[in-house]
Amino acid sequence: MSVLTERINQIIKPENLVYAKTPLLNDDAMHYCPGCSHGVVHRLIAEVIEEMGIQEQTIGVSPVGCAVFAYNYIDIDWAEAAHGRAPAVATGIKRVMPEKYVFSYQGDGDLAAIGTAETLHAINRGENIVMIFINNAIYGMTGGQMAPTTLIGQITATTPFGRNADLNGYPLKITELIAQLPGAAYVTRQSVQTPAAVRKAKKAIRKAFEIQAKKIGTAFVEVVSTCSSGWKLTPVASNKWMEDNMFPQYPLGDLKDSGRADADLYRIKG
Amino acid sequence: MAKVRGAVVVDTEVCKGCNLCVVACPTLTLALNRNVNNKGYHYSYMENPENCTGCTNCSTVCPDSCITVYRTKTVH
Ligand SMILES: Cc1ncc(C[n+]2csc(CCOP(=O)(O)OP(=O)(O)O)c2C)c(N)n1
Ligand code: SF4
Ligand code: SF4
Ligand code: SF4
Ligand SMILES: [Mg+2]
Repeated sequence: MSVLTERINQIIKPENLVYAKTPLLNDDAMHYCPGCSHGVVHRLIAEVIEEMGIQEQTIGVSPVGCAVFAYNYIDIDWAEAAHGRAPAVATGIKRVMPEKYVFSYQGDGDLAAIGTAETLHAINRGENIVMIFINNAIYGMTGGQMAPTTLIGQITATTPFGRNADLNGYPLKITELIAQLPGAAYVTRQSVQTPAAVRKAKKAIRKAFEIQAKKIGTAFVEVVSTCSSGWKLTPVASNKWMEDNMFPQYPLGDLKDSGRADADLYRIKG
Repeated sequence: MAKVRGAVVVDTEVCKGCNLCVVACPTLTLALNRNVNNKGYHYSYMENPENCTGCTNCSTVCPDSCITVYRTKTVH
């Protein structure tokens, strides 16, 4: 055995373990393309559920979109909703079983196109659910068509010369709209392209689940994400493209936090 | 002086060779292997294992959760 291998073997011991995959993630290899943000966000949700010790109390609602098989990957109870209807399904589950932690997991096509009505009305009713919104500015699953969140000038299968506002309208900042709704308790926009961003996003997801226990309204976490297949870039180039083009349109940070005094005021008046 | 030492174990059959861990590693420990796994991906591995500090940056960004990280202060 070489000195190097010997040294590595000295380090790789159970007592030196600092990070291992959470047991809440099943062993099935995820079907996502290499580098897809969905995989990172799945792991963060699984880690938060594990750390909060709520595996037996959590029910996810998976969407139509690339995350349609999310129920295969996180070892909790799940329901699968028709396209865009996850907030309505989550509403029903939460109202029948208010003691459960219920979350929807949705892409931009699911949440901000076909499911806009369900999204806005669930939040406007202040449903005590968590909504995780994966905004990759494209319909990933169906081959990269324009989504409501597609940027001006962005090339997709249905905007081959780039999105043109005259023809295709404007990128929908649905998270900004949601922040206006009195039923929204916590609204934040995160990303997962760097270790620091991932750690922040995890804190936001944890906070969203904690808010659900307080029963003060909907907790909404947008994750500005990549779709390297739809964007036709490598995963590393996709992260750079996202930072350069998505972040100016979809700036990161909290949009609303019910802990703030002005939000309380809004709640009383609204 | 005891130096912080780390090592990672990559599940090479789950790895999709996305390269995100390689660029996230601050110590240039990782690289994509010239060989491929059974799915045809150039999997990540420790090209410079002596550099690893066990910082967990690589496992934090990995979309396929295929990196396990170890760290110790006692190896010289
Ligand atoms: C009722 C209905 N209409 C349309 C479709 C086709 N369809 C499947 S996924 C999808 C869009 C998915 O995009 P998004 O929600 O952004 O998810 P992503 O794949 O990008 O994560 C569409 C339009 C469908 N399955 N059902
Ligand atoms: S098509 Fe896009 S969103 Fe779907 S798995 Fe591939 S990279 Fe991810
Ligand atoms: S633990 Fe840190 S130093 Fe070691 S390979 Fe991963 S990113 Fe690099
Ligand atoms: S981030 Fe994960 S999947 Fe991507 S190359 Fe590294 S180990 Fe493989
Ligand atoms: Mg999408």
